Amino acid sequence: MNQKQKKVLYRIIISFTLLILLTILCSVFEPPSVLQGLLYLIPYLVIGYDILRKALKGIRNHQVFDENFLMAVATVGAFLLGEYAEGSAVMLFYQIGELFQSVAVGKSRQNIADLMDIRPDYANLLTDGQIEKVDPDDVEIGSVIVVNPGEKIPIDGRIIAGKTSLDTSALTGESVPRDAAEGSDVISGCINLTGAIQLETTKEFGESTVSKILDLVENSSMKKARMENFITRFARYYTPAVCYAALALAILPPLFLTLSGQTGEMGLLQVWSDWITRALTFLVISCPCALVISVPLSFFGGIGCASSKGILVKGSNYLEALANTKYVVFDKTGTLTKGVFEVTQIHPADGITDQELLYFAAYAESASSHPIGLSLRKAYGEMIEISRIKDIEELAGHGVKACVDGRTVLAGNEKLLRLEGIACESRPEAGTLVYVAVDGTYAGCIVISDIVKPSAQAAIASLKNSGVKRTVMLTGDSQNAALQAAREIGVDDVKSELLPADKVQEVEKLLKQKSDKEMLAFVGDGINDAPVLSRADVGIAMGALGSDAAIEAADIVLMDDDPAKIALAMKISIKTMRIVKENIVFALAVKAVCLILSAFGFAGMWLAIFADVGVMVLAVLNATRTLRIR
Amino acid sequence: MKKTYKVEVDCANCAAKMEAAVKATEGVKDASLSFMTLKLKVEFEDGADVDTVMKKALANCKKVEDDCEIFL
Repeated sequence: MNQKQKKVLYRIIISFTLLILLTILCSVFEPPSVLQGLLYLIPYLVIGYDILRKALKGIRNHQVFDENFLMAVATVGAFLLGEYAEGSAVMLFYQIGELFQSVAVGKSRQNIADLMDIRPDYANLLTDGQIEKVDPDDVEIGSVIVVNPGEKIPIDGRIIAGKTSLDTSALTGESVPRDAAEGSDVISGCINLTGAIQLETTKEFGESTVSKILDLVENSSMKKARMENFITRFARYYTPAVCYAALALAILPPLFLTLSGQTGEMGLLQVWSDWITRALTFLVISCPCALVISVPLSFFGGIGCASSKGILVKGSNYLEALANTKYVVFDKTGTLTKGVFEVTQIHPADGITDQELLYFAAYAESASSHPIGLSLRKAYGEMIEISRIKDIEELAGHGVKACVDGRTVLAGNEKLLRLEGIACESRPEAGTLVYVAVDGTYAGCIVISDIVKPSAQAAIASLKNSGVKRTVMLTGDSQNAALQAAREIGVDDVKSELLPADKVQEVEKLLKQKSDKEMLAFVGDGINDAPVLSRADVGIAMGALGSDAAIEAADIVLMDDDPAKIALAMKISIKTMRIVKENIVFALAVKAVCLILSAFGFAGMWLAIFADVGVMVLAVLNATRTLRIR
Repeated sequence: MKKTYKVEVDCANCAAKMEAAVKATEGVKDASLSFMTLKLKVEFEDGADVDTVMKKALANCKKVEDDCEIFL
């Protein structure tokens, strides 16, 4: 609790004690009504003086319909009608509710801030062998800083001494530590776990990853969702409308009863005071704060929750759009697949083992720096002894011919073997196929392809469960490779052999087909798909750790490149929207019921206070559930 | 030009009113106030004097919600 809240708390305690004493006193001694009124004025003013002052200032500034005004009118009205205890108690409970709300909001604000607590407080600057703690802002590019175990890396840089493992969980949500040694580029926001390291900074603090992320998340609540704007607009019309309704309730029915002479057994004064009380209760119930606070709070909680899992959302509007996403378009390479080539299948001919086949292929391709050669050597896994290879001959467009341990090895495409007159079976697999022949005999075939990320299939299935109608994969790859990957991952549709510009066109075609309410999300790795990212309703860039262009162009940034995060982001957005809707429906429904009850005289001030602050507190508590979405 | 200010305000509805008041201030092109981060982002018209505009904006805010502060 801060100073302001503590002060209110003391006032509540004093006023509450006084009120109890007074109630006992009055029931024992039964002093005259005027004296009672004056006595009750003491706890009333202790607890409500600031509300009265604000209400007066509001009237002077032509802002009459705020909640201070409502409370002032309601309680002063109660006093005038001789309901002293009730008037004071209503003010007291209103203040208790306000305090509770202020503490709850402050707490959730703190919780969210803690989730995003990646701001480094200092940097250990190394100058002439002396270490000095300085503000990260004061460190120039090219300075040397020391990061001890347990400390946060304050500024992006390159390790020049020492090795360690880094905890990147604050940035990516990934809990497995990452190893880093001399020469590695490291980014700010990671926590140094094991060894002291020296960094040469490569960026200023303001340009470092951690600043960029903080900036992005802090500004995210500036871009408001449609739902938030709706609530603000709603409140603008709602409050005056309720005030006029209350005025009508206070005047019209008693006027009608008076004129038609139906005041019955009750006196004229009694009828009027009854209807005015109802009108005042009506006013207290009507306060729109539960709505106005819980909606942005829910969004903020959702964004905070996402960022703690390595998903940065640039605005509530994007969270809202993501929840309504029905079409998801993926880039293939680097998004759903790893974008690196690996040996995925080995088909040796009879009498040859997998390892032998790899051995021949790896040796034959040992001089090649092509990705194919690299992946063959990686799959072979043993050191290549250069002395065992002779006479390497590159046959452009076909492959290589080499002499390995005195045997002639051919490794290349089908054409190469045909050319040499070696019979081989044509294999149907997609990807790059390396056919191998040894001493003129077919030895087998190795399939090299881009491999699908392990979580891709589950991610697509989860998106489908979340209500996505169609998933489309766009790629520049050949149709064969694209179709196979699509089958494996389970996307609905695939468009292959596209140039970067074609991708924009494909997305535009889809945008035209869908209805306005359905959103389209594009997921890419941020490399050369910036135009598509900005064209889609929601642009999601993944693996953006350190890629400025992607952070710039996308609406949602995934810090690592795990497709499961897309599904998680979707889940968070849907749950957040559900909580937002729950709050709106709950608050409006309770208010509507209480308003009707009060109009017919069934609701007292106590129910009114519940409908005001009680609903607000419940809505705030519900909103904080967004923080705990898993 | 854009600038961000820290603000203090107690209720969400008041924050919305403050935002509207700042937006309506002469020299302000657009403004956005986040009740959650208690930050006010103001985009100024070209050639507007930031200090004068913000003083006026604060005065306008005080009119709609007395209990508020913009830390200029």
